[in-house]
Amino acid sequence: MFKWFVKWFHRFGSPPYFYRLAGLWLPWLTGLFTILVVAGLYGGLVLAPTDYQQGESYRIIFVHVPAAWMSMFIYMVMASCGIIILVWRMKLAEVVLSCAAPIGASFTFLALVTGSLWGKPMWGTYWVWDARLTSELILLFLYLGIMGLYGAIDDKRVAGRAVAILAIVGMVNIPIIHYSVEWWNSLHQGPTVTKFDKPSIVWSMLWPLLTMALAFKVYFVISLFQRVRAELLHRERNTRWVEELVKS
Amino acid sequence: MSLSEFFNMGGYAVFVWSSYALTLVLLVLNWFLPYQQHKQNLRKLKRQFRQDNRNNDSRT
Amino acid sequence: MTPARKKRLSLIILMVVGVSVGVGFALKALNENIMFFFSPADIQAGKAPANKDFRVGGIVVEGTVARPGEGLTVEFVLTDNDSDVKVKYTGILPDLFREGQGIIANGRLNASGEFIAAEVLAKHDENYMPPEVMDAMKKSGQTMPSMSQGI
Repeated sequence: MFKWFVKWFHRFGSPPYFYRLAGLWLPWLTGLFTILVVAGLYGGLVLAPTDYQQGESYRIIFVHVPAAWMSMFIYMVMASCGIIILVWRMKLAEVVLSCAAPIGASFTFLALVTGSLWGKPMWGTYWVWDARLTSELILLFLYLGIMGLYGAIDDKRVAGRAVAILAIVGMVNIPIIHYSVEWWNSLHQGPTVTKFDKPSIVWSMLWPLLTMALAFKVYFVISLFQRVRAELLHRERNTRWVEELVKS
Repeated sequence: MSLSEFFNMGGYAVFVWSSYALTLVLLVLNWFLPYQQHKQNLRKLKRQFRQDNRNNDSRT
Repeated sequence: MTPARKKRLSLIILMVVGVSVGVGFALKALNENIMFFFSPADIQAGKAPANKDFRVGGIVVEGTVARPGEGLTVEFVLTDNDSDVKVKYTGILPDLFREGQGIIANGRLNASGEFIAAEVLAKHDENYMPPEVMDAMKKSGQTMPSMSQGI
């Protein structure tokens, strides 16, 4: 089992193999995403009942919470890539890390803006410097820092290693974001779904939320594959496999 | 629920719909830009490859 | 794993542990500053700063919301089920402001121990459900809702 995994790991890390596999998967993933997002939006905007406290404004949850989850999930993907870069020196991991950063930054930005649009009518303010909001803003700066650092270094092998270290160090922010609402007094409420108790949300609101979260995950893979394919072509433009690909 | 009620979102239309609009914009951008970049890269490489071939042919 | 890779991996782990410990100590030192608000009990205990703006958070006590004048001035009592503090505020309240609601007010204490708020924010809980479900739960005497399945 482990041997099989190691073999697969190295094969998956080879650029021509990944390029071809990603190309094969893209149409299926796009189809899956379309189904999920249509179901999630219909469930969230039409079927889900009005909230007892927040009325219709709570419907922002169906984009805000999945976006916030993605902002942390993508960061963990990047930190994992960082470890693979530093330990195994795998080229594909460098490409994945650098390509995931703008997508993660987009989701973080989306989580911050939708949260602020939700905060205005409910809390009474667009922004406060409480622990949850501030740590999420730091996450956005981490993403921007990684993108800037990668762009500033011309030798992409060196750039890959530099952003790997930054991504791994920034990982300490992730548990801080998650537990910020429990460790400190904050304006942001505690977790609804990701806690050890049962989620305190009715099923008719929970399933659209989870469906949207899954749709965003699939979307991330689609966007990432597309970016990685473009970047691989550019990086490996002088190799045999790209030449053969272009010839056909 | 009537259609105008749906779009009104209980008076929170501005907040709810601008959230969804921004989501749409970001999702479309993050899909379309890489898609275009990939196509562009492929086209560029093809052009280069054809040019190289022509140069090689004229030399022989 | 080759010895070289093992060494690099242990260096990474060392780096993560080091950074975590450093950040942990920094956050511990900054704890007071990260706390977004004081509770009425903190004020009672004299932990809140005098002659300086700070935030107080608590539940609006049922039956204490009063509008003494014609304008937008509102008075209410905040509690943390331990101590109370009286709050005075003039301005527009957030939609979620109501009796029994969690509130955070920003302002300072006056000489008679009343809190003069310049801003009032509503804190909402992490529960999402339609009003019928909430009513049914209140009737059955359930306080903390936990129901992921089948409603």
